[in-house]
Amino acid sequence: MPGEILSPQLSYAPAAPMLLVFAAALISVLIEGFAPAARRRGLQIAVSLLGLLSALVATILLAGTEELVFSDAIAVDGPTLFLQGTLAVLGMAGVLLLSERSLDSSGGAVVARASALPGSREDVALAEATEIQTEVYPLALFSLGGMMLFPACNNLLLMFVALEVLSLPLYLMAGLARRRRLLSQEAAVKYFLLGAFASAFFLYGVALLYGYAGSVDLGDVLSATRTTGSNDALLFVGLAMLAVGLLFKVGAVPFQAWTPDVYQGSPTPVTALMAACTKIAAFGAMLRVLYVGFGATGWDWRPMMWGIAILTMGVGAVLAVTQSDVKRMLAYSSVAHTGFILVGVIALSGQGLSGTLFYLLAYGFTTIASFAVVTLVRDSSGEATHLSQWAGLGRKSPLVAGTFAFFLAALAGIPLTSGFMAKFAVFAAGVDGGATALVVVGVVASAVTAFFYARVVVLMFFNEPPPDGPTVAIPSVFTAGTIGLGLAVSVVLGVLPQPFLDLAGRASQFVY
Amino acid sequence: MSDSFPWLTVIGLVPLIGAVVLGLLPRTATRLHKSVALVTSLVVLALTIAMCVAFEPGGDRFQFVQAYDWISAFGVQYAVGADGIALVLLALIAVLVPVVILASWNDADAAPPEQQIAAGTEAVGADVASGVAVRPRRRSVRTFFVLVLVLETMMIGVFAATDVFLFYVFFEAMLIPMYFLIGSYGGPRRSYAAMKFLLYSLAGGLLMLAAVIGLYVVSADQGEGTFAFEQLVGLEMSTGVEIALFSGFFIAFAIKAPLFPFHTWLPDAGAEAPVGGAVLLVGILDKVGTFGFLRYCLPLFPEASRILGPYIIVLCVIGILYGALLAMGQKDLKRLISYTSVAHFGFIGLGIFAFTTQGQTGAVLYMVNHGLSTGALFLVAGFLIARGRSRLVPDYSGVAAAAPILAGTFLIAGLSALALPGLSTFISEFLVLIGTFSRYPVAAVLAAIGVILAAIYILLAYQRTMQGPLRLPAGVDKIRDLHLREVMAVAPLLALMIFLGFYPKPLTDVINPAVEATMKDTGRTDPTPTQGRGDAAAPAR
Repeated sequence: MPGEILSPQLSYAPAAPMLLVFAAALISVLIEGFAPAARRRGLQIAVSLLGLLSALVATILLAGTEELVFSDAIAVDGPTLFLQGTLAVLGMAGVLLLSERSLDSSGGAVVARASALPGSREDVALAEATEIQTEVYPLALFSLGGMMLFPACNNLLLMFVALEVLSLPLYLMAGLARRRRLLSQEAAVKYFLLGAFASAFFLYGVALLYGYAGSVDLGDVLSATRTTGSNDALLFVGLAMLAVGLLFKVGAVPFQAWTPDVYQGSPTPVTALMAACTKIAAFGAMLRVLYVGFGATGWDWRPMMWGIAILTMGVGAVLAVTQSDVKRMLAYSSVAHTGFILVGVIALSGQGLSGTLFYLLAYGFTTIASFAVVTLVRDSSGEATHLSQWAGLGRKSPLVAGTFAFFLAALAGIPLTSGFMAKFAVFAAGVDGGATALVVVGVVASAVTAFFYARVVVLMFFNEPPPDGPTVAIPSVFTAGTIGLGLAVSVVLGVLPQPFLDLAGRASQFVY
Repeated sequence: MSDSFPWLTVIGLVPLIGAVVLGLLPRTATRLHKSVALVTSLVVLALTIAMCVAFEPGGDRFQFVQAYDWISAFGVQYAVGADGIALVLLALIAVLVPVVILASWNDADAAPPEQQIAAGTEAVGADVASGVAVRPRRRSVRTFFVLVLVLETMMIGVFAATDVFLFYVFFEAMLIPMYFLIGSYGGPRRSYAAMKFLLYSLAGGLLMLAAVIGLYVVSADQGEGTFAFEQLVGLEMSTGVEIALFSGFFIAFAIKAPLFPFHTWLPDAGAEAPVGGAVLLVGILDKVGTFGFLRYCLPLFPEASRILGPYIIVLCVIGILYGALLAMGQKDLKRLISYTSVAHFGFIGLGIFAFTTQGQTGAVLYMVNHGLSTGALFLVAGFLIARGRSRLVPDYSGVAAAAPILAGTFLIAGLSALALPGLSTFISEFLVLIGTFSRYPVAAVLAAIGVILAAIYILLAYQRTMQGPLRLPAGVDKIRDLHLREVMAVAPLLALMIFLGFYPKPLTDVINPAVEATMKDTGRTDPTPTQGRGDAAAPAR
């Protein structure tokens, strides 16, 4: 219908969670521009937290909604709302971590002027300067808004927009570390370059799928796959390209190469936010693409995903064993967890969907809190992330080491922690879906991951502290609150998971 | 009262409450910590005795049953109940824990062994090199007893669970306190031993997790997915699936038990663990493996047990002979005792997989008696090592002259380990052997050689350390005899060994119906006309 422009049907209420976050992000930009410097930080924290809190309230009020809005471009359904609620809470925790000022002697984990050349005199001065910038808040809010939109997209083009909205601020935030600037900038460049490639693949995939289905709506792709006669090559090449973009974001092998460098180089609060939230958003989008758009062609894409899941679990688990930096170790462990989550995705069933949602919830809270613990262990040059520096931590501060050990146990999937229930949920879905071999690989990989988690526990509790070891900084209520939240969720999901499993179970229905 | 009172839940919770109370006490009040721990474990003992009295041997198979929905999304229940087998093992826990607490009274106070013995580990070496004075670091007494009590809760849970998922949760969670007990309070190579213990157990446990999930899916295919033991018994499945699931459970239990060739972690863990930890490890934790064979492997997968049984018998016989030979070659006293356990677990496995009532009754009796005798042996060895500060057998000679009570208790515990008639282990070993002979005569004959080897390794160790001219490790002038606390710790075990050696009926009365129920689940009958239905008291008379 050339020449005729249909005005889209807009119904704002179901999209409220993300709209609220984007609104908060815009206000936050205005604050950056107009509020007096002295009051900016307080205002930014308040606006960010309020925006995310209102988004959380909105998701709760919307619970049970199942409809397509914005000309069928956005699907507001169980998975969308479940993930948006999770992202809102984790986003608040991330904002709290970014706001922590009592750990670093000069305040904040984020540098005031990221443009300063690493190693230059200005840069050295900045590391100790108490000057702060608050641009990280609008960046974080835009990114979180994009993350909340990402799993809700029923339209591949909008999904691409969401992907960029969530990614671009993250590329910037990765380069903002106050300490070890060069590493941080390297991380930002690496993340940006590889991410741009992945986005390009994604976009190309969208184009091919448009050629196949004549539409970028996931529902139309699904109906096209059900009618024969179309060009299958376009479908499969398009899906493969699309998958590259999504697998890059979740950090699956062979697209995981950025993970350790970016996790290590970014300021740790940003790593925490990125590790927990990006993975949730990207898995949400992947679930929607595979379950809705390609739900009828499971036999075609499952072999590929099998291979990727096995590789991801294996490579993540084995490479994590050789790491000597705690952030890099957590990065490879996140790769292994991506593999475990993929087991649930591959099940292609309601059980697989609810298991995956539950896993994302459990994993997000444990991860954000474990990175929060990493920010506490410091020496004179900032965070002490080398594993040898963690030796004997259990002797010096049993509370912090004990908390970290608990998070490691949760990541390892020891019973009575959230990680166990989550692993059980996806593995049970896997066996039920006929992927027994995959689950056996997952179980073996879990045993390997247990090795390096246990190694850290050995270091912390059974080794003597080095004479000039790091100290554990006393956090303010911001970081302590985040760790406490993570701990509480990890315990509750491990001991009394039923309400949350019910929630994930009720949420496991896509609309299209 | 027995119907309504939640015995198992209460008994399981008491140690946990004790642990919480301990955690709230001030760090420095070490005497108070010890008293609280001891009192808690004695309360558990008292409650367990009351429960055993309330147990009706001729009643239902599972008694004190409770079941509540826990995670209905997976069909998981908090379901507990005790049959005769679980009951006697729960009683064993209740007896051993106070003994361990009493015996470990001062263990956690002492500085870590490498600082006592100065066995130059890297950390200490570095400190010395940099000229920093090495200050003996006190380890937390409170944490030690908290770990023991938490472990007790987990151990009670693992035997009381009648839901496979709940069992698995305790099975895995149990590792964590033991891991810290070995790693924080163990010998010089403790972190290596702790790691090895954790990884072996965890790897086995994860295989079992795969099998647990498989079992759930099989049950879900035939109706509602469930983990309840009694509903899972008699589940229809193809032989291939059955063998796969059986293997998942079997390997986990074989590592835990440990059966040859999965035993290599035990000598390290047993040798490096603090004495109390070693008693609980070998005395109870390892029994979870053999208990698992009997409770889960056989009834849930009768067909697979029948097909694979003969191969497992071969492994058990190898374990008996190999463990005994290695025990003879050990210089380290704690490693020696650990290897004797490998041999003993071979006997227990033999009894279970012989598929005779006598064999299985003998195996269950053996589990209890092994806990008593090896527990006592570890304790006495620990007392000796604490005095001589050396674990090596050649460092000692003629200790009996200086410490007669120590030597005497060592002898009784040792004789019990070699199954001298009149001591409790004899009956169980004898039952296992006749139970095995009726189905696998060659295996029984070979295993009987193990009995002779046991006499050699025990008596050699006794002769070398206790007899001859008095010689003590370098730097130790004199050796004191056991004092009252130590005697009180070990005496109950010796008394039980002798009592049960002459009068095992209370145990067999409880064990027999449970074993018969298990045999019924597996659909097998005793091969020969049963003499006295394997009434264990018969051969003893």
